[in-house]
Amino acid sequence: MVSAGWVERIKESSSEAKVLPGILRPGAYFFNGDEAAAEGAIAANGRFFAAYPITPATEIAERCAARFPECGGMFIQMEDELAAMNCILGAAWAGAKALTSTSGPGFSLMMENLGLGIMLETPVVLANVQRAGPSTGLPTSVGQQDMMQARWGSHGDYEIIALCPDSPQECFDLMIRAFNLSEQFRTPVLLMSDETIGHMTEKVIIPPAEEIELVPRRYTRAAPGDYWPYVPDEDLVPPMARAGTGYRYHVTGLTHDHRGYPDLDAEGQHQLLWRLKNKILQNQKKILSFEMARMDDAEVCLLAYGCSSRVARSVMELARERGIRAGLLRLITVWPFPDDLVRDVAGRVKAIIVPEINLGQIVREVERAARGRTKVVSVPHAGGGLHTEPAVLQVIEEALR
Amino acid sequence: MVQRVMKAAGRDVQEIRFCGFGGQGVILAGYITGKAAAIIEGRHATLTRSFGPESRGGACSAAVILADQRIAYPFLHKQDVLVAMSQAAYVEHIGQLVPGGILITEKDLVTVENPRQDIRSYAVPATRLAEELGRKLVLNIVMLGFFTCVSRVVDPESMRKAIQSSVPAGTEDLNLQAFNKGYAFGLEHGVNG
Repeated sequence: MVSAGWVERIKESSSEAKVLPGILRPGAYFFNGDEAAAEGAIAANGRFFAAYPITPATEIAERCAARFPECGGMFIQMEDELAAMNCILGAAWAGAKALTSTSGPGFSLMMENLGLGIMLETPVVLANVQRAGPSTGLPTSVGQQDMMQARWGSHGDYEIIALCPDSPQECFDLMIRAFNLSEQFRTPVLLMSDETIGHMTEKVIIPPAEEIELVPRRYTRAAPGDYWPYVPDEDLVPPMARAGTGYRYHVTGLTHDHRGYPDLDAEGQHQLLWRLKNKILQNQKKILSFEMARMDDAEVCLLAYGCSSRVARSVMELARERGIRAGLLRLITVWPFPDDLVRDVAGRVKAIIVPEINLGQIVREVERAARGRTKVVSVPHAGGGLHTEPAVLQVIEEALR
Repeated sequence: MVQRVMKAAGRDVQEIRFCGFGGQGVILAGYITGKAAAIIEGRHATLTRSFGPESRGGACSAAVILADQRIAYPFLHKQDVLVAMSQAAYVEHIGQLVPGGILITEKDLVTVENPRQDIRSYAVPATRLAEELGRKLVLNIVMLGFFTCVSRVVDPESMRKAIQSSVPAGTEDLNLQAFNKGYAFGLEHGVNG
């Protein structure tokens, strides 16, 4: 039943998507983080956006509403966040590169369908511009309190990829990377921004489209009759089938076998769950990204991510002026957590200081990874603003005393 | 070549706050200033904003840091220039203005009681100047013209370019007139006054 016609069609459509009109001219723009994230999605060939607007993520939806149609894409304002998350899963299965954006309360509502996306192995991007909670909390003020929810918020056991931008430029860059990782590993990827970064306006350089590296969707080379939707390649990631080209497949949130049909026993669960986990963990080196500053001779390490890393960088300079050899480890990939990297740093410094705008979330991972090799100190903040530099500096001085 | 007053004082960082209430174009004023410095002049600029849940009428503030180096901490440590367009905003922020700093108020919207002697203080009838152009709405741009004239943190030509690419299409001329009016008022009443 395999005809040469099919092979031709697949080959033709597997070539890189055409660059559609509406792409911004390369150059310097003055964007806030949300606008930059929206432009990053367009640059990544994201062409389907569904969301329910919420402060401080509204500007992503606003810009996508204006820009996606110009680029041949589609914007849908859904009735709520449950629907928005489900909608992008469907769009991705239909062939689009799709994303949604939200903040705390909406992130909670998306959790169930985020798990569905993980179970169905659906490449989508979810941007969470974090504000302070719980509940409605501080709608227009900053928090980094969803970091553990990002890791564990949906039920069941799984791995997730989460990236934290520290500037509007990185909102653009990491949105593209989020799309690439989602396609490479066929899984939802979280862009964990925050209100400070989302509402901060800075220069954003948009490179020429041909200089932006994009990972195309991984489509099967098997003919329709020979294709199974969950037979993985060597890296444990199964290729997808192009919808509407003759392939038959079944997808379900139930534990399933290679055919996509329910397989409801311990052995089937074992096989699927470990593959879902290992396709991320075995490829962690390809996912990990971080920045180190002045760590060569550091006696104390400031470990931070997102907006808090801006404070940490400033504190590092202030500490250096006072003769304290401080360095910065900025996590760009927060999930999967870089255990080896943190363990290595822990063996080289007297203390790791972790300022974050929550009451101590990622610091637990740092403690776990450090395994008692060094002192790990949490600098909590309840949200609504950034740490002050003197407050963090004081913690460093006390830790070294 | 513009002489930067703050540069003259040996600093390469300027911290500026525009404040008032939502709907006055406070954020746009900060946006244009940051864009002029970052995009037109190639420096570094970080604009942050704070506002309440309501879109109009609530307290609103735009903070801009201009620097020659990468900016880490994104909020103001102090204010070198304060542009206040409401009484509440003036009262809230006047205390953080550094000695030797510049205060610019909208004359009809802000009453300066117990004026500080350690700052340069200007009151601009921006609403009335805007009304002379037929649109009260452009008072923020009139303020921006005056601010550019007396603070000299950004070149006026850079500001004009930033305005042209930031305001709604079709209103460029009106906004440039507003900017020039504020700038001229600054030359007349501000620079030596």
